[in-house]
Amino acid sequence: MFFGGLAAISDVSFEIKKGKILGLIGPNGAGKTTLFNVVNGFYKPTRGEVLLNHEKISGRRPHEICRLGIARTFQVVKPLQRMSVLDNVIASAFLRVKGRAQAEELALETIAFTGLLDDRDLISRGLPLGKRKKLEIARALATRPELLLLDESFAGLNPRELDESIEIIKKIKERGITIMIIEHHMKVIMSISDRIVVLNYGEKIAEGTPLEIADNPLVVEAYLGEEKGA
Amino acid sequence: MRRHIPLIVLTIAALLPFAGFSTYVMHILILVFIWTTIGMAWNLLGGYCGQVSFGHAAYFGVGAYTAGILYAKLGMSPWWGIPFSIVIVGIFALILGFIVLRLRGPFFALATLASGEVMRITAENLVGFTGGSLGIMVQERTWVGKLWYYYIILLIASATYFLVKKLIESKLGYYFVAIREDQDAAESLGINTTFYKTIALCLSGTITGIAGAFYTNYMGYIDPNVVFALHDISIIAIMIVMVGGVATYLGPFVGAIIMVVLAEFIRSLPGLGTAYQTLFGILLIVIVIYLPNGIVGDFPKLSRVLSRMVRTSR
Repeated sequence: MFFGGLAAISDVSFEIKKGKILGLIGPNGAGKTTLFNVVNGFYKPTRGEVLLNHEKISGRRPHEICRLGIARTFQVVKPLQRMSVLDNVIASAFLRVKGRAQAEELALETIAFTGLLDDRDLISRGLPLGKRKKLEIARALATRPELLLLDESFAGLNPRELDESIEIIKKIKERGITIMIIEHHMKVIMSISDRIVVLNYGEKIAEGTPLEIADNPLVVEAYLGEEKGA
Repeated sequence: MRRHIPLIVLTIAALLPFAGFSTYVMHILILVFIWTTIGMAWNLLGGYCGQVSFGHAAYFGVGAYTAGILYAKLGMSPWWGIPFSIVIVGIFALILGFIVLRLRGPFFALATLASGEVMRITAENLVGFTGGSLGIMVQERTWVGKLWYYYIILLIASATYFLVKKLIESKLGYYFVAIREDQDAAESLGINTTFYKTIALCLSGTITGIAGAFYTNYMGYIDPNVVFALHDISIIAIMIVMVGGVATYLGPFVGAIIMVVLAEFIRSLPGLGTAYQTLFGILLIVIVIYLPNGIVGDFPKLSRVLSRMVRTSR
């Protein structure tokens, strides 16, 4: 993915297996969010393609890609600020169901799934960070995705919130949804990922199981060596 | 009780002519409902969908000229302008939207401002088509009295009110507001933002165009500097909605009453005359600072301040 002459990502190729969790790690500026933006459709890749179930999706607009089954959360959360929690999720539920009553039903179910049921009438602008992150996830889930892209959903959470979010991720996996997750929180990503891809300066420097990655000297040097987790 | 306010307002409005008001007061009321229609239309695009247009005069003028040209060039009754403007302004809005909806925020605002001005200058220059600066005069007046004009514009305004309400309560409303709050998030949630912004713009423009076509019929005379006016149409439309209450159903109506009545009142005071524009500016500044959601939007805050003032003055 080139921006003018600058290669934000180059020669990054990988596959995600259905129903698995793929972790994406790398130092800040490695190109992880850019990668999400390419998968999600905000950027058209200058070279290469994105395939979903063997069908080319790169170059399509984000809303089409969402329709096809990829949902994402944003690193800096984007709640629909002046709307309530429930309305936020109703808005995204309309993608899959017709009629306000059904959208509300799907929204309530998704909100309960992410533990926000008691907060459903609160205006999202006033929510603390942990709940905003859960709202991001709930909104993405209401579009009934096949693949969920989570961008640093665990950043800035306290220990209790971390445990709750890990539980939610596990429940999502149980539903058969494939997940790709960007995270800096080492313990989290090592514990929930099936496979991990490591980026540095826009290039893939390693790929493998969490154990393989932890032992990989390149990774340790580029990333794990510089900071001991979060 | 609150739910019934719109119906109560409509009933009172329908019965008002029987109070035996002078033609001057009837004229004021007609103006109020013209502005209510324009305001509600603007609110759909600007208040709910978040695309702040500084060029609604473009739609008003195209609607007005549709009626005018059908009369002047084709010899039809200018009332045909109302149904025709739905198609013509609709297509115009579609084309304009194709260009300007690529832009966001201030750039969109500037582009719409420019488009209003472009239309004004175009109308001035296409002398053979529009009559240029001389404008178009409708010689035959359909009714001498104001009564039927009043009921027609009341019908248009109420239809607009109920249409906007129905839309905003539906999926469209959620999508519009989602686009307003965060366009990228909305796009990621599967909302075709280009498509829905275009719907908002076309609806908003078409309704404004209908108001324009009515204007031609009511006033009997139009020219480019009146119907494509940047300040007197585009800016006033924004001010009405901001003062009354953005993204509320009754806000534009309240705003229209205030602006029209205030304008007439101040204009009639000796020595103040055209200073009403200054006072509008001050009013708008006060609203933006203290009641950013307008009178209807920030009504709780407003009533608290007013009741405190009443209590302390006793």
